[in-house]
Amino acid sequence: MEELINKLKKEVITQLNLEDISVEDINPDSPLFGEGLGLDSIDALELIVLLEKNYGIKIEDPKDGKKIFFSIRTMAEYITEHQKKA
Amino acid sequence: MEKMITAYTYFGDGKVVVNKQLIFYQEKIATFAEFIKALYKQEQISYPKFYKMDSLSKLGFMCSELLLRHEKPGRFKPGSLAVVLANSSSSLETDLIYQDSIRNRSAYFPSPSVFVYTLANIVIGEICIRHSLKGENAFLVSEKFNPRQLLDHVSDLLDNNRAGACLCGWVEILGNSFRAMVALVEKENEQAPKTNFGSMPFNEASLNELMNLTEKSIWKN
Repeated sequence: MEELINKLKKEVITQLNLEDISVEDINPDSPLFGEGLGLDSIDALELIVLLEKNYGIKIEDPKDGKKIFFSIRTMAEYITEHQKKA
Repeated sequence: MEKMITAYTYFGDGKVVVNKQLIFYQEKIATFAEFIKALYKQEQISYPKFYKMDSLSKLGFMCSELLLRHEKPGRFKPGSLAVVLANSSSSLETDLIYQDSIRNRSAYFPSPSVFVYTLANIVIGEICIRHSLKGENAFLVSEKFNPRQLLDHVSDLLDNNRAGACLCGWVEILGNSFRAMVALVEKENEQAPKTNFGSMPFNEASLNELMNLTEKSIWKN
């Protein structure tokens, strides 16, 4: 899980152009939106694209997004769970 | 009442000039992205959203930032500062990047954050968000720099009291080729803070002069 968390951190930094933020700056349990990294609605769409492009996971119900993208850890858990199912 | 250019920024030939002062120069520009990032770092601007912008927005953002960041808060009444920008390539730079992301059906991952910049007037939105501007705005597209078009548009806003002042100019980028000039135009006003540049009349000759700055004509007195 920790390996996936670190990989995800790097991917999020690249995908969202978070140039002044390093992997160490991201607490895997901090909220991604609002506080924490302060991401916005366009970033949320980019995260959906990231899951599909890098992990082949398509989010069917947009309502799930809030839970999945709460933090880096929740994203990693969702990916792990989904990949097991596949 | 006479209208004056009270401040300006110029980007061209690797040079960035603000009110007659050369503040940044790169003799050889590898990419626009590197050029603008180096300028952003040098000027110690802290605005994380900058990195998410497309090239046109970065260019317009830096032009306005260098002009407005030293203005006293409240100098412009809410809604009184208009923005009128123009260029010839519109948002083509970003349109091409977006087109590339949807070209391949087997790897079809259109980027939402690129898509939102596929309109030229988004650069004005970024400037307005940064400086809390709520005045009139327009983005004009013409084949070549057209000072008469800017003059007419801005004069109409100021003469009819639809704006008290206006940021206006040219922000053009395609690939690594770019040129920009943004001027702050105000009605003649003794309250306006004096810059080292002073001021010049807002007319076609002044706009042409600022668009074609050379060492002789500007940043050396």
